[in-house]
Amino acid sequence: MQYIPNILFILVLIAGIGYFTKNVRKVIRNIRLGKDVDRSDNKGERFKNMAMIALGQSKMVRRPVAGILHIVVYLGFIIINIEVLEIIIDGIFGTHRIFAFLGGLYDFLIGAFEILAFLVFVGVVLFWIRRNVIKLKRFWNPEMKGWPKNDGNFILYFEMVLMTLFLVMNASDLQLQALGADHYVKAGAYPVSQYLLPLLDGMSETALILIERTCWWLHIVGILVFLNYLYFSKHLHILLAFPNTYYGDLNPKGELDNLEAVTKEVQLMMDPSADPFAAPADDQQEGEPEKFGASDVADLNWVQLLNAYTCTECGRCTSECPANQTGKKLSPRKIMMDTRDRLKEVGDNIDKNGSFVDDGKQLLNDYITPEELWACTSCNACVETCPVSISPLSIIIDMRRYLVMEQSAAPSDLNNMMTNIENNGAPWPFNQMDRLNWSNE
Amino acid sequence: MSETVKVPTMAEYMAEGKRPEVLFWVGCAGSFDDRAKKITKAFVKLLHNANVDFAVLGTEESCTGDPAKRAGNEFLFQMQAVTNIEVMNAYEIEKVVTACPHCFNTLKNEYPVLGGDYEVMHHTQFLKSLLDEGRLKVEGGKFKGKRITFHDPCYLGRANNVYEAPRDLLRKLEVELLEMKRCKRNGLCCGAGGAQMFKEPEPGNKDINVERTEDALETKPDIIAAGCPFCNTMMTDGVKSKEKEESVQVMDVAELIANAQDL
Repeated sequence: MQYIPNILFILVLIAGIGYFTKNVRKVIRNIRLGKDVDRSDNKGERFKNMAMIALGQSKMVRRPVAGILHIVVYLGFIIINIEVLEIIIDGIFGTHRIFAFLGGLYDFLIGAFEILAFLVFVGVVLFWIRRNVIKLKRFWNPEMKGWPKNDGNFILYFEMVLMTLFLVMNASDLQLQALGADHYVKAGAYPVSQYLLPLLDGMSETALILIERTCWWLHIVGILVFLNYLYFSKHLHILLAFPNTYYGDLNPKGELDNLEAVTKEVQLMMDPSADPFAAPADDQQEGEPEKFGASDVADLNWVQLLNAYTCTECGRCTSECPANQTGKKLSPRKIMMDTRDRLKEVGDNIDKNGSFVDDGKQLLNDYITPEELWACTSCNACVETCPVSISPLSIIIDMRRYLVMEQSAAPSDLNNMMTNIENNGAPWPFNQMDRLNWSNE
Repeated sequence: MSETVKVPTMAEYMAEGKRPEVLFWVGCAGSFDDRAKKITKAFVKLLHNANVDFAVLGTEESCTGDPAKRAGNEFLFQMQAVTNIEVMNAYEIEKVVTACPHCFNTLKNEYPVLGGDYEVMHHTQFLKSLLDEGRLKVEGGKFKGKRITFHDPCYLGRANNVYEAPRDLLRKLEVELLEMKRCKRNGLCCGAGGAQMFKEPEPGNKDINVERTEDALETKPDIIAAGCPFCNTMMTDGVKSKEKEESVQVMDVAELIANAQDL
């Protein structure tokens, strides 16, 4: 009977980690639905970007208030998780504070965890105030209604509860240590939770043990629930920020990618010796001609899909977007949210049917409208500001490519511009032979 | 304003069996837009002044394809690019300078993969290098002490991380250089990029160029300096819509330098 808690703990742990693993595999499979793009070059520069941008939070602090609060929560989150290691060992073997033998170091660690837990709590409360009381504009854009708004708040409540449980657990432990209760070794320093002691004053040892055990269990179960919540929320960035900054585009921001398929066609057109009626060579597959641009998630590349899962909907992109600031429908954040929502839908479709069965929907029109796409000035403000190297612009351009090259659905002004370029080599209707007239006007 | 400037073409150089040190890529705006033509001329005067051995492609130049690519027409872009690259490679061009950040970005970043590999400079970078080499003299002049704010073109700034060359030139004019609240990597777009120049904006509550002009006017400038013919148009329109054209001018950095010395 005495091993029931250990067995229960191991079962909970396996269930929590197992379900999370299952969903991570889904995320990876969905990302792999994207087209291939080679990002295996420049490993040194990529590691440096990951170290600076994800680990070092270099772009977060460009907005100092949110940046510093974020670093507090981020550091707290990572460091307090060292404590989880002890919790897991204690849980499996039925020990209590197994690392207590570390002595002074243990006191230091527990003390540091407590201070961080308190700072995280404060940081999260301030984040909540920014969202719900100050109502920063970027958290109240149209795309933030319903689930995205609640999702943001749920995560903050989660953190508040987890930090409170941690501190109450420590306070009751401290009180039990003072009472000399069995099993509760004298260990650790409690610079924060000592102030909670008056709340526990006069409680019996049994009641204290009940509180301590409840907090311990809720804390570890809470962490597992939080881990599994990530898959359903915008919060995957705590994991994906690292690969996303690693695989980010290293080219100058102004450089749009080259479409190889088009290059082949253009070479053929420009080659005077090419036979336009030639049958394809035997080794060439005469499959469906390649689709130009993107109308659905599978037309995007895997980095763009990774971008979509990484986005945490902070809205810095949208708040910097010139189109959005002047009342246009375009919101770069919504481009990322739509891409992820559609990718999730496609993934669920595959789970249900074994392989993708046409659902009569696509990313274009059903999620993202041409009006949004045509409002972009390609100014790169969204790309520059994103704290985790996401490029909404690359998706916008790929979808424009589909509209223009597959559907000839550009706005008529742009069709005129393109006709001019085709006919006379300038976006306006001037004769190419007049190109040097300026020199003697 | 009828004034002829001497502009040699690559074909003329070729006929003489010579090659210039740099190709001046004029661009569509610089060739056809009445306002931008003045910038082109100012830059040519500076080139002559610094004894730069340059040539243009003239009637052999064609749109780089930038607006087509940004509008999503990769076919048209690549057709333009391949044609231009053929011409430039035939002339064995090595170095290109242009006064348009869109041409600059496209030639520098998007032509190499299609076989066009050149050293490409924006005219502010090129002028800065002439200054550093002592070939161009810039000092004080008629804009000394004037309040000037520089609007970063997206395709020079964020797109290619060039922020200092135009500012260094303005400092040389001993002007009072003012920064807008949104500048350099945070600079707000003028609204022309991504082929927006050639279409009406989508429905909204304001035009982007007006929003940006307000940023500029907040600095209480005498002159808004630009480094792009399209930004120039957008900011000029913005100043007009604010009815400030009597007191605030929009000028290209090259024009400021040329005018300062009454070239």
